[in-house]
Amino acid sequence: MKKWGNLALVLMLGAGLALSGCGGGNNTGNTGNTGNTGGNTAATNAPASSPETSGTAQDTLILGRGGDSASLDPAIVTDGESLKIAHQVFDSLLEYKPGTSEVQASLADSWEVTPDGLSYTFKLHPGVKFHDGTDFNAEAVVFNFQRWSDPASEYKFEGDSFDYYDSMFGPDGSRVIKEVKAVDESTVQFVLNQPQAPFLQNIAMTTFGIASPAAVKEKKENFKNEPVGTGPFVFKEWKRNDSITLDKNIAYWKEGLPKLNKVIVRSIPDNSARFTALQNGEIDLMEDLSPDDLSALENSSALTKIERPPFNVAYLGFNFKKKPFDNVKVRQALSHAVNKQEIIDAFFAGQAQAAVNPMPPSLWGYNDSVKDYEYDLDKAKALLAEAGYPDGLPDPVTLYAMPVSRPYMPDGKKVAEAIQAEWEKIGVKTVIESPEWATYLDDTKAGEKDDIFMLGWTGDNGDPDNFLYTLLDKDAIPGNNRAFYVNEELHTLLTGAQKETDQGKRTELYKQAQEIIKADAPWIPLVHTTPLLAGKANLKGFVPGPTGTEYYSEIYFE
Amino acid sequence: MNSYLIKRVMVLFPVLIGMTLIVFSIIHAIPGDPAETILGQKATEQSKQALRNQLGLDKPWLQQYFNYMGDLVQGDLGTSIRTKTPIAKEIVPYLAATLELTAASMLFATFVGVNAGILSAWRQNSWFDYTAMIIALIGVSMPIFWLGLMEQLLFALKLHWLPSIGRMDQRNPVETITNLYLLDTILAGRWDQLWTVIKHLILPSIALGTIPMAIIARMTRSSMLEVMNSDYIRTAKAKGMSQFFVVYKHALKNALIPVLTVIGLQTGALLGGAVLTETIFAWPGVGRYIFEAISSRDYPVIQTGILIIAFIFVVINLLVDLLYAAIDPRINYK
Repeated sequence: MKKWGNLALVLMLGAGLALSGCGGGNNTGNTGNTGNTGGNTAATNAPASSPETSGTAQDTLILGRGGDSASLDPAIVTDGESLKIAHQVFDSLLEYKPGTSEVQASLADSWEVTPDGLSYTFKLHPGVKFHDGTDFNAEAVVFNFQRWSDPASEYKFEGDSFDYYDSMFGPDGSRVIKEVKAVDESTVQFVLNQPQAPFLQNIAMTTFGIASPAAVKEKKENFKNEPVGTGPFVFKEWKRNDSITLDKNIAYWKEGLPKLNKVIVRSIPDNSARFTALQNGEIDLMEDLSPDDLSALENSSALTKIERPPFNVAYLGFNFKKKPFDNVKVRQALSHAVNKQEIIDAFFAGQAQAAVNPMPPSLWGYNDSVKDYEYDLDKAKALLAEAGYPDGLPDPVTLYAMPVSRPYMPDGKKVAEAIQAEWEKIGVKTVIESPEWATYLDDTKAGEKDDIFMLGWTGDNGDPDNFLYTLLDKDAIPGNNRAFYVNEELHTLLTGAQKETDQGKRTELYKQAQEIIKADAPWIPLVHTTPLLAGKANLKGFVPGPTGTEYYSEIYFE
Repeated sequence: MNSYLIKRVMVLFPVLIGMTLIVFSIIHAIPGDPAETILGQKATEQSKQALRNQLGLDKPWLQQYFNYMGDLVQGDLGTSIRTKTPIAKEIVPYLAATLELTAASMLFATFVGVNAGILSAWRQNSWFDYTAMIIALIGVSMPIFWLGLMEQLLFALKLHWLPSIGRMDQRNPVETITNLYLLDTILAGRWDQLWTVIKHLILPSIALGTIPMAIIARMTRSSMLEVMNSDYIRTAKAKGMSQFFVVYKHALKNALIPVLTVIGLQTGALLGGAVLTETIFAWPGVGRYIFEAISSRDYPVIQTGILIIAFIFVVINLLVDLLYAAIDPRINYK
């Protein structure tokens, strides 16, 4: 017992030392820790997790990310974390070329479109099998599309809703797809009610991954926890909020893939803890590096920076329901009073570019000739005076700043404060409100409390329609058009572009649309960010996709 | 004694029913629409409306409450809106993870806290006493997330002694049977993995156990001081018993009674409130499960989750009260 007392003493002292030893004005938890290059590499000396050092290269990948999947059936989810995993288990008929949003063949080898754009015929890749050993064929494709589109389907299990299907191919009552027919074992024909320009772009989305009909019938509501597709990895185990384990699909139809034997995806919510785990060799790759950790990453030879192609936009939206923001002069004035470059340098560690249009420059149809409202406080004041406010706005402006971190906006409150300081200079007082996320979304959708709000969007399908129409058309009220911006001319352009199948003509329409949006200034587009990942230096073959999902099948370790 | 027990158990029901009512009204007073939050910006308005209908969110809330209670009585704990999985099935691994972490934290807190408290009282006003009490003061006021991040920095990143996150080494995974990994590795006879699991427990349980440790230390100290000045201890000392014997045998028994209450309360608190520790150490426990449910307005999960935790809490309190009687014959439940 006496010994125990002494041990306790030692323990307490030890704790005391540990606490006082690293409390020297170190309030970020990361200063003074410039990487981990003290002659040792993070991955090879951590007894906490002994990596395979059997002379062969590592064949298991452990990926750390901030959240967990909600469900593993891609058809019933809309969140990126769920789709990321589903993408490894399922293939869609088409896929995006790695690192881009350009469509290429996947389960379908080729396709033909009739000139009127009302019929698409896909030739399927022969000999493909689902993970449960059943055949992938035209019937399987028909089964999946029926499951998603028929509200009375017996395979639409309790709580299921096929949200992406409804939003990409029209809700029940105004479906784009009339029917899906199995012409023969390896030919599928889609008959449309009306032409849909982004049809192929949509078909390639992860959410339309083809599930094994036999498994859906057998597992029923449990399918969402035990998914079965044709993808490069076979689902093995899901420990909620902890890890998802995927095994190599040895019968994968793409020759020589996947290169890894196993992928384990771990949920590590805290950004700094996730980075610590990477430095400590407990994980091999991490999503969403915080801009604060960028310098530590760049100083470490054991780690490498990986950039996801920018495919998002963060913006401030003006609430047209509120005066004086229905006045274009006021909107333009405030647009002139935002210093985007300064914000990028201060809060994005330079990992972003200033946004001019509501869609990212990497997307086709982007209008290069649109010039931004340059940062010019005198111009801003002059415009305010023209609008009838020579002394600035009489009432304080309520600015909603995002309470959560998103890839397009790591720290909304800080950005809002910077903007607040700028607007102060032109006589506009700003009150920043940052309610909890669920409330935030509700309030901005109702448009009763906010004058100006901050939000962002990541593209789904690599089509300009998914930015311009989805976010700024009058059809998106109430919903994603939280500015309540209505412009009939724009509406005509955007709905016309949806039915136009000639890409050249569509490009023209979208370029015009961007001119209109620029002149009306319903938004202040802020930035397009480059989301950052970090991985071990010897991790190769990883090409992140712009939409946030990519196959892990090409990854290997040197 | 038996009648007392029955009475106590009978009281549990109104308490828990009151709990559900309070939680229910609070949840529905928070603004924020589950359909909007869970389906997000990518879903159509139709889908969101359909979800609201399905959840009966358009019904008066009292009716919603009775529907929920009706299901509960039939043993249906509800289904998560976000994951679309029955909560009864979903919550088990979370509870197990939390139980394991709480047990380890309380073991640390009790062992260190009680011993430090005893030594402080025994050597009152010595340098040890002062140091221990200053550390206890620091411990009580230490922000957990800061302590957690510092631990990771020091013991994982700088010294490489311990893993920084999670419950096990994913490169050498534990086969789960009960979801209590300590037990699972013992059952499987995997002693190497048992060590790994223990290593994963050390940092989070120190982070989580620091506050209870400090509270227990101070409680033990003051309680011991009181007992040490009582007549029977003076008698024992006068009889020439060894100091050690007096302290650890005679005094401790009586001094521990109030400490037990603190231990019980703290255990209950840890079982439901380890959100920060679970976030920093990526520990898949029930605190984060409920926290995330609150963020996404997953009503059924919030209600059922809090109900289960409240139930555990009151049961622990009951156990503490019963232990009292076992330790102190003066306490009589008639």
